Amino acid sequence: MTIVIGFEGSANKIGVGIVRDGAVLSNPRRTYITPPGQGFLPSETAKHHRACVLSVLKEALLQAGIQPADIDCVAFTKGPGMGAPLVAVAIVARTVAQLWKKPLLGVNHCIGHIEMGRLITGAANPTVLYVSGGNTQVISYSERRYRIFGEAIDIAVGNCLDRFARVIKEMAHKMLGAGECTPEDLCFSLQETLFSMLVEVTERAMAHCGSREVLIVGGVGCNLRLQEMMEVMCQERGAKLFATDERFCIDNGAMIAQAGWEMFRSGHVTSLEDSWVTQSPCHPDLPNVQPQCMSQLAPFSSPSAHSARRQTG
Amino acid sequence: MDIKKENSSTRQFLSGMELLKQGAEARVYRGQFLGKATVMKERFPRRYRHPTLDEKLTHRRTAQEVRSILRCRKAGIAAPVVYFVDYTTHCIFLEEIAGSVTVRDYIHSTSKTDTEKLHSLAERMGQILAKMHEEDVIHGDLTTSNMLLRTAMEGGSLDLVLIDFGLSYISALPEDKGVDLYVLEKAFLSTHPNTESVFETLLKSYTVSSKKSAPVIKKLDEVRLRGRKRSMVG
Repeated sequence: MTIVIGFEGSANKIGVGIVRDGAVLSNPRRTYITPPGQGFLPSETAKHHRACVLSVLKEALLQAGIQPADIDCVAFTKGPGMGAPLVAVAIVARTVAQLWKKPLLGVNHCIGHIEMGRLITGAANPTVLYVSGGNTQVISYSERRYRIFGEAIDIAVGNCLDRFARVIKEMAHKMLGAGECTPEDLCFSLQETLFSMLVEVTERAMAHCGSREVLIVGGVGCNLRLQEMMEVMCQERGAKLFATDERFCIDNGAMIAQAGWEMFRSGHVTSLEDSWVTQSPCHPDLPNVQPQCMSQLAPFSSPSAHSARRQTG
Repeated sequence: MDIKKENSSTRQFLSGMELLKQGAEARVYRGQFLGKATVMKERFPRRYRHPTLDEKLTHRRTAQEVRSILRCRKAGIAAPVVYFVDYTTHCIFLEEIAGSVTVRDYIHSTSKTDTEKLHSLAERMGQILAKMHEEDVIHGDLTTSNMLLRTAMEGGSLDLVLIDFGLSYISALPEDKGVDLYVLEKAFLSTHPNTESVFETLLKSYTVSSKKSAPVIKKLDEVRLRGRKRSMVG
């Protein structure tokens, strides 16, 4: 029996989750919401997280009905994400790990989403569309690593939608003023175009890899229209769509705990010296994931290999 | 109506052909057309898209594909001959490149130790892409599945044919050419792991094959940093 606690706070959500051998025991979360028309800034976000992380931690332990002594490993988000919030949460993880005398594990945020998505949906070897406020990537597992087959270079889809909403009145005042269209028309057009792009890129990745499963993770993955469009595409190809709900699509602590669970069982820990956080994805020349841990995980392209690993772990 | 008739004519014709595959955006058939071995690429309507957007994209891609192929061919870059285009059903009838294998399959079947073979292939690829970019054609979907190798002629250079110009457009900007190469790099390295040195050969060959290559490579370096170091938040 392995119990892992996970701390997530790379953007405006602060979550602490506890996982025991594939079961989510607790997953409380708070979201820092700014007034309408404003985005969230790193220092303010870190302030918010610092103010409530300990209550969320207490809640997680209480809901799971466990004591710190029962925990086997403390996992936290190493990156990517916003600097100040990442640091604020990492400090808590490092502190409790030392207080409770438990090993520490730095987890890649994107892998957290993927591992939770796979756990919840049971998808075996999906093409993953990870789309959120801070990330937009199409990922597939190949040759013992998660590999990015496509990604947005300049701005994530979620961020794009938010910013568009903020600037639309100024930027399009001529068109709106002339009554050519309404703000709703513009938003609808942007959303339809962006989502069509996402579905198309995902389909291309599937065709390239010969995959018959799609998993959508990340906050934008909650969007029903995106799920609807992806479902239509999947039906046309005879593929299966896996999607989670907002408990797991949106950043949460349990996803970090789950990825940490996988890593811990493969024998990984993060020393205190290596527990720094990073805003950007890992070293540019390496795949945009934690290469060491992923290379240790057995390939899961065959379902039997996957279940065998779980049994022996 | 005439258009409806045209519609059903092409569809009827296609139903008699052999369906090769259903790719991400088109169904590909093969058969005989006007006595020639032909590949027919049919961009069918995608139901997940809003109909207006779908029509716009499909039409644009069909027209762009044909335009870019013609431009390449005029410059002496190997691409399939265009026999016929039906703009109502968005169907392109192209020369079938007989006796060919995709570069992807070629690399897969080549032993990792046969470095000479892989590097001469990379050299040839670099040359062809440099020529294409000199014509200001941006392929838009460079992958090893979109390059064909005609069975090698005796003592001749590797006969590479470019296909799938559906996402192509015309641009003189080094930025666009840099992104074109970046797409190939990502596709290449993720499909053929541990081939970094082969791709380097490709880029070196590209650099020496074109006078306009320096700004493109510079842009490629910049683009590489963009997706990696910068966070897309805030």
